[in-house]
Amino acid sequence: MAETGRLTAPSVPLLGPVTLLRVAIIAAVLAIWEAVAFSGLLFRDVVPSLTVIARALVALLADPAYYWNLGVTAGEIGVAMLIGGLAGLGVGILLGANPLLARAYEAYLYYLGPTPKIIFFPVMIMWFGVGPPSKIAMGVISCFFPVALSAAAGMRAIDQVLIRVGRSFRLSASQMVTKIYLPAMRLPILNGVRLGLGVAIIGTLLAETKLSNKGIGFLIINAYSTFNMPRMYALLIVLFVLSIGVNALVGKLGGAQAGR
Amino acid sequence: MTRAQRLVPLALGLGTLIVLIALMEALIRAGAINKFIVPTPLEIAGAFGRVIVEEDIPHRFLVTAREALWAAALLVVFGIGIGVLLYRVQLLRDATETWVAALASAPTVLMYPLFLVIFGRSEKTIIMMGFVAGVPAVILKTIEGLSGTRRVLINVGRSFNLTELQLFWKILFPAALATIFVGLRLGMIFALINIVGVEFLINFGGLGQLINDLAERYDLAGTYAAICFVILVSVVFFFLTDRLERWLRPAA
Repeated sequence: MAETGRLTAPSVPLLGPVTLLRVAIIAAVLAIWEAVAFSGLLFRDVVPSLTVIARALVALLADPAYYWNLGVTAGEIGVAMLIGGLAGLGVGILLGANPLLARAYEAYLYYLGPTPKIIFFPVMIMWFGVGPPSKIAMGVISCFFPVALSAAAGMRAIDQVLIRVGRSFRLSASQMVTKIYLPAMRLPILNGVRLGLGVAIIGTLLAETKLSNKGIGFLIINAYSTFNMPRMYALLIVLFVLSIGVNALVGKLGGAQAGR
Repeated sequence: MTRAQRLVPLALGLGTLIVLIALMEALIRAGAINKFIVPTPLEIAGAFGRVIVEEDIPHRFLVTAREALWAAALLVVFGIGIGVLLYRVQLLRDATETWVAALASAPTVLMYPLFLVIFGRSEKTIIMMGFVAGVPAVILKTIEGLSGTRRVLINVGRSFNLTELQLFWKILFPAALATIFVGLRLGMIFALINIVGVEFLINFGGLGQLINDLAERYDLAGTYAAICFVILVSVVFFFLTDRLERWLRPAA
């Protein structure tokens, strides 16, 4: 997912030109969609009508199996974030605190970070099997890099005065981490977690679409395999709303922390 | 920075890598790691030549490169085009910029089954997935670059009575070029990740398909060699674009 910096949303009056334009764009897109659905320009059912998608969305949200699969995916992502996030944090603090280690190893993280992680999936299947552990592993290797790089950058940005204060109080290494480093670098860590969460969601879900029998990724690829397009659209809508919502929530948390 | 200060970290990094590889070799040979799950590094190195010749890596590389080039062309045309449009029309920008940012954080790669239905199992699907992943970054960075043009430069242009088109090509675009390139680099990184990823997922195309093929044949050493090759290609690509970006930055 793109790191695009924080956009300051313009203050939009309730019925100002911006709101009206937004409504107009949404209305136009929906109207075009509906027109295409009824025109027969594309294969039948590739673009189902909005009412059909809405019905599929309602059916999906009323389906207990959906929540069970959502729970599976959320659990995999949660465990992946825990393992990958903590590992990334540890490595980031180590690299940020030691310039020699940073110069020796950070380039590897920097250049390995943007490689397509899904190519490791066959290896993860061999190592961890076809069940949830291989999906968790995909989430772990996806989120490790952004968290580690953010933590290392955050560590280097800590005010040296704070570090000297900690040393003058003769804090132990663990006390330095919990009392000085972590509180001082909470913003870059939150930013790293936000980026890490985004790629962990992608890594886990892509792995589910490739080989799985449970989870949201499995539901999506299953809807594709059975050509149940309304259900696939419904799943993608829910997934996008959830992903953007969670991302915004972590971003807001970062914003609230920054405001303190 | 002295020569020693540069060489010591480099030696430490490479040394650690070599030690890790040697350790893996020893552990696998000793039976501590199952050789049917992880082949020895020597086997992987030996598989490189075989994979390059038998699996026709140069051709597969060109297929992936062609898809990446098409995606790059679309990113340049539509990404920069939409970015310029949003910069020029403030109302449209106010209405849609947050949507573009939201799209940037959305897991668009998961739409690949939808693209499969629309474009079929073809290069078009892969190219479009690359394009969709990269376009928000290009749009946002284009807007950022154009908006960041120093007021004095624009005023100089206006004092010379430049037309809007001349002002764009002579002042705004050159001033924003470095930032636009950052966007293109970011966009291409996302596009390349998606291109190789979707090739792997739909078992079609170049390097991504190769990994899937080899894994399905349970050619362990070949699979690991192909993964190493893709990593190498990615690292070289990111390194070169990174250098290009650094070279371009002071010029702007």
